[in-house]
Amino acid sequence: MNKNVKTFHGGIHPACDGKSLSNGVSVQRAPLLDKYRVVISENVGKPPKPVVEAGACVKKYQLIAAADGFVSANLHAPTSGRVTGIVEVPGAMGVPVQAIEIEADGADEAGELLPALDWRNCDVALLRKRVEEAGLVGMGGAAFPTHVKLSPPPEKKVDVLVLNGAECEPYLTADHRLMVEQPEAVLEGAAISARILGVTKIYIGVEINKADAIDALNAHAAEFGIEVVPLKVQYPQGSEKQLIFAITGRKVPAGGLPMDAGCVVQNVGTAAALADAVIRGIPLVERIVTVTGEVVAHPGNWLLKIGTPVIRVVEWAGGVTEEPGKLILGGPMMGFAQKSFDVTVTKNTSGILLLPRTVAVTYGSSPCIRCGRCVAGCPMNLVPCALGNAVEAERFDLAAQNHVMDCLECGSCAYVCPAHRPLVQHMRRAKAEIRKRKK
Amino acid sequence: MGTLTAAVMVMAGIGLALGVVIGFFAKLFQVKSDARVELVTELLPGANCGGCGKAGCSDFAKSVVSGENPPSKCPVSSKEQVTAIALALGIDAGESFAKKAVVCCGGDREQTLRLANYNGVLDCVSASLVAGGPKGCAYGCLGMGTCARKCPFGAIEIINGLAVIHKELCVGCGTCVAVCPRNVIKLVPAEAEVHVYCNSPAKGPAKKQVCRVPCLGCRKCVRAAEGKFTVNGFRAEVNYQAPELPTAEDVQKIGCPTGCLLTAEEHLRIEMNEPEWSAGKDE
Repeated sequence: MNKNVKTFHGGIHPACDGKSLSNGVSVQRAPLLDKYRVVISENVGKPPKPVVEAGACVKKYQLIAAADGFVSANLHAPTSGRVTGIVEVPGAMGVPVQAIEIEADGADEAGELLPALDWRNCDVALLRKRVEEAGLVGMGGAAFPTHVKLSPPPEKKVDVLVLNGAECEPYLTADHRLMVEQPEAVLEGAAISARILGVTKIYIGVEINKADAIDALNAHAAEFGIEVVPLKVQYPQGSEKQLIFAITGRKVPAGGLPMDAGCVVQNVGTAAALADAVIRGIPLVERIVTVTGEVVAHPGNWLLKIGTPVIRVVEWAGGVTEEPGKLILGGPMMGFAQKSFDVTVTKNTSGILLLPRTVAVTYGSSPCIRCGRCVAGCPMNLVPCALGNAVEAERFDLAAQNHVMDCLECGSCAYVCPAHRPLVQHMRRAKAEIRKRKK
Repeated sequence: MGTLTAAVMVMAGIGLALGVVIGFFAKLFQVKSDARVELVTELLPGANCGGCGKAGCSDFAKSVVSGENPPSKCPVSSKEQVTAIALALGIDAGESFAKKAVVCCGGDREQTLRLANYNGVLDCVSASLVAGGPKGCAYGCLGMGTCARKCPFGAIEIINGLAVIHKELCVGCGTCVAVCPRNVIKLVPAEAEVHVYCNSPAKGPAKKQVCRVPCLGCRKCVRAAEGKFTVNGFRAEVNYQAPELPTAEDVQKIGCPTGCLLTAEEHLRIEMNEPEWSAGKDE
């Protein structure tokens, strides 16, 4: 492996990362469904307020829920049809969530688009407003409203924009295909974000196992003054703080945000959607999703409308070859295991992963043997074994002292633990308890 | 001989000097303690359960002496013990509202669908953080025993994946209510015998998909025993404020169609309570 490629301390890399199942498959457009269930609360922060009544006819791209406050995001109709009402659907986090159900009329007729903007010359405030109007959220997984991210408070000096094309999660190839097939959109989106932020230094970090994506980006990067940075194949390379360190050498202070290190990190998918919103006036209603796993008949990448039930997507991918052992939304490391196939695609669904029973095995955990592998693997330089023990003893004060709040729940510690200790679950418990006590 | 005398004299002198010093400082740094607080602490059960809302029994004793709380605020003390405290202080005992905890869920392993194979930490709080827990019903008891481990009186037992309360051991301190991530445990008047064992506010058909013993909100109990039940949304509740609480005979008379209306004793033995109506209907 090339020793010169940049990286961070810690982390893991699974021997079999499952990327080859779908990284050579072009993005396919999904057929139109007769019904979509668009989850209302797709973003971090306050859920938007529905602005359509049951029975109303909507056009594609029409606003169906308006942002409620600053940290909130608009929601638009993925297709034309009739709103049947607000229903309860299984949410990606396991608890039922509210969704707007739209019965498609089959025409997929687009409503009035927002006017296209000349991003190089128009007013920055106009660009920022457009990002807000288009309902953009972080599509890497966090679903943080993009307009908030692009409006750092004036006292924070941001001078670097980092685009996240690392896609370090095993199995996922959605960002990879996006960078290969639409490099201009990604780069344009990056340049627009940089203009909004007023920064000139733009990097795109891509792991070197995506050589074709690096080449595709490099072909146009110079036009936009963007530097493509090859990164070591190491999980969690795509985590904000690790990415910032790998590329710029800056460290985000504990408990801080990337802007505390003068950086803003954006996913490549968000950048492409941002370019769509500004240049073509299209709000965010579709995204590329990897449908993969050893049991999927034809793994691939699909352009899916938000509100598409997962069960339909699996059918389009040819169904399953054997009974799956686990359904995960997102990647295998940080994705969420699902209880139901009725869960729907949201703005931050990067992958639909079906693992076979042989891979989704269950382990019994045993006491910590103090081998230290989790310490070596933690990308945040925490001591997961000690934190796990503190949580088991319900010493949340001790866990807080040892910086459990800096844990990003990447799962590296649990992955390497020979005693199969449920470390991430312990961390999550500690974080929840500490947050509860602070209130 | 002279040496011995000298040694005794010196030792006695040092002892006396130190005694004076200690005596002086004991007076100087004396902590004034209220004898009444100590007395009340003696009379309290000493379980330090926190059910009264104070940090422990001596903290509660302080609040009783200062008049902040009536002695009856202690959920663990019996009526006689409360009276003893009131007599010792010469104050009013206050009105006693003895409470007991009740797990408002009848969904044990057989009755409620498990949607996922949960393989994580056996703790309700941890499980509820992973996809909301494995249980089909998002409101029912997870049955991993966080409450049972936290109960200072050993009154909670997990039977077949469901927390049940041994009423004779429960003192109503509310520890379990505070730790339950599903908020399925409620404090009710101690004399209440009958409860609606369902915590789900979901609609009837949705509940029936995941549970064999849900409250469907059919109002049969409301009609059969007027004033003793209320229906809140899609779920019936015992009207604990009513002058007359429902009894075991009422349960017989009503004949709840799903069997979620039970006496506390029936809930304890719920694993033997195979409802006939559901035979062959589900799965």
